[in-house]
Amino acid sequence: MAETRTRPERRTSEARRRWEGSGEPLLQIRGLAKHFPLQQGIVFKKTVGHVRAVDGVDLTVDRAETVGLVGESGCGKSTVSKLLVALERPTAGEILYKGEDVSQMRGSALKDYRREVQMIFQDPYSSLNPRMTAGDIVAEGWAVHPDVAPRKGRDKRIRDLLDRVGLNADYANRYPHQFSGGQRQRIGIARALAMSPELIVCDEPVSALDVSVQAQVMNLLEDLQTDLGLSYLFIAHDLSVVRHISHRVSVMYLGRIVETGTDADVYGHPSHPYTQALLSSVPVHEPALRGKGDRILLSGDVPSPANPPSGCRFRTRCWKAQDVCAEEDPQLRDRGQGHPSACHFAEDHQVVPTTDDLPG
Amino acid sequence: MTSPVHGSAGSHAAGTRTDDATATSSPRTGAPVLEVEDLRVEFRSRGPVVNAVNGVSYAIAPGETMAILGESGCGKSVSAQAIMGILDVPPAHITGAIRFEGRDMLQMGAEDQRKIRGPGVSMIFQDALSALNPVYSVGDQIGEMFRAHRGTSKKEAKDRAVELMDRVRIPAARQRVDDYPHQFSGGMRQRVMIAMALALDPKVLIADEPTTALDVTVQAQVMDLLKDLQRDTGMGLILITHDLGVVNEVADRVAVMYAGKVVETGTIDDVFTRPAHPYTRGLMSSIPVLDGKGQRLNPIVGAPPSLARIPPGCSFHPRCPMARRGDGGRPDCTSDVPPLREVAAGRRAACHYSEELLHG
Repeated sequence: MAETRTRPERRTSEARRRWEGSGEPLLQIRGLAKHFPLQQGIVFKKTVGHVRAVDGVDLTVDRAETVGLVGESGCGKSTVSKLLVALERPTAGEILYKGEDVSQMRGSALKDYRREVQMIFQDPYSSLNPRMTAGDIVAEGWAVHPDVAPRKGRDKRIRDLLDRVGLNADYANRYPHQFSGGQRQRIGIARALAMSPELIVCDEPVSALDVSVQAQVMNLLEDLQTDLGLSYLFIAHDLSVVRHISHRVSVMYLGRIVETGTDADVYGHPSHPYTQALLSSVPVHEPALRGKGDRILLSGDVPSPANPPSGCRFRTRCWKAQDVCAEEDPQLRDRGQGHPSACHFAEDHQVVPTTDDLPG
Repeated sequence: MTSPVHGSAGSHAAGTRTDDATATSSPRTGAPVLEVEDLRVEFRSRGPVVNAVNGVSYAIAPGETMAILGESGCGKSVSAQAIMGILDVPPAHITGAIRFEGRDMLQMGAEDQRKIRGPGVSMIFQDALSALNPVYSVGDQIGEMFRAHRGTSKKEAKDRAVELMDRVRIPAARQRVDDYPHQFSGGMRQRVMIAMALALDPKVLIADEPTTALDVTVQAQVMDLLKDLQRDTGMGLILITHDLGVVNEVADRVAVMYAGKVVETGTIDDVFTRPAHPYTRGLMSSIPVLDGKGQRLNPIVGAPPSLARIPPGCSFHPRCPMARRGDGGRPDCTSDVPPLREVAAGRRAACHYSEELLHG
């Protein structure tokens, strides 16, 4: 839909002009870290340590690309999303958006950035204001960014946006409680689209939805990408969902990315022991594939991010761990397996059973 | 109101079990330990009557795992809560029969029911943190089963609690028996719940979404544990879930629920490879696969109905691609309620046009 893509005039900085000619990715994250202080005491607060929620993450997202970020709870994937939309300031590292460092942005530059990078949240119940109508929710951002939508055509624009996300345009006057979970998530998507964004950070956008509705929302996200050229950073814990929607996938464990590659690389040729264990734990729904995979059961729980293990962070649960793993932090690079993996002993090992392996 | 489901369940109870999948596919055959027949649960309070369960019948044999699969709001949890007798009556209004070893629990007094809960049927819940009491140690809570049902001394109850914690593979059980729920991780809390449920060696364990709140690697550990415990004890397991993958990997048989009714039952292989109900087929085509990029998802349109406003006729007809108005004496999906009937050897479905789905 052409009319949802009207973009206001924007000032161009030196860095952005350099970026425009360079062919570099839309978003580049380098060495990103966020450490939250752990404090003790009521009157006199004393910092007794840090939770290393994100601890050196590299990631790129290109135009019209979907990058999936998977990991289990507590691995820091949601902190990455908060850093990305500038709700938190990084402890170290940089987020380059169109060549400019987000943490250096001030004033109108930061305002522009916040319009261009939108977010869709997990819980469609708590992320919509119950006292505002669907139309008001979608239009709220225009109060801050009036130049995105000319004042005159706003009602029409709201109807177009609701229509675009598959809602009846006449529902603009309804309140969130009058919608189902899937419809609410569509309102959240319309709210993000209203800002004519370039990049949408989707933090577990379908995990609160039932499977039949989840598929509808995923199809909608795919259609919007095709039509509007949007980029997505898709954060989720459901490995099948991430594979379905992503062009590239990064696997996160305890604040670090342990493996990254195309969806075929990571799912078909996982080389980090954690990725292998994670993929082998996913129950498959095809009866023919039941019990065909190589199931790796991990022992124990994820260590505390306040006190991560030395060297490789996965070594305490890893069956391949050797002395070198405690001493040397494995870098995220290709050790001959075809895509980067942060393991000293990275080795391609297929764990996901496929229908191709079946006889006959 | 005479239910078509009732008829099939009647013959079931009368002993014509040869047509049922249980007899052929379950690892152990024999008389069912628990039978639910034409169970109906209504909630009557202010506002419209909510028909949460509308004539559900199933039976479970010792050593068998039966999955109840459905999306949120289909009545799957309420039917289990009715079996456990933990619904408040009123507002709940329960009819039908729940026979444990041939005796109808709904016709019993409260004291007799209490004797079945625990040693006969027990239940584990989705959210272990809210199901456990935060101000009692886990040892107290597990030991309470022995103190309340068997009058065991406090000291012996604690010893038995340690044994059970060992059995559910909680490391260092002796040291951890006096810890409180918040000191355990999510997976360990779920193990504490399983220990409580298994304390009195139940004949049937109802697991209501036991792994939904857990990460996938922990989910694999917990499902593995449940299967091992079932093999050791020979209990029947009713697994309530929305996850088709978990059903495929764990269960022998499945009952698919929609809008308070069972719409299809049979063995996992039959139901998942050749669904006989359009709802089941829709679910199967809504989930992305892990072993490939897959095609565009083909979701069911719309959303599940509110249980206070279930559509007439087949409750799935507004979302069904096969729904039709009857012509030439054929059934009308919008007004004729499809009975749960045998559509192939060992499988039942509640669709007028199942044969079309099964045979081309």
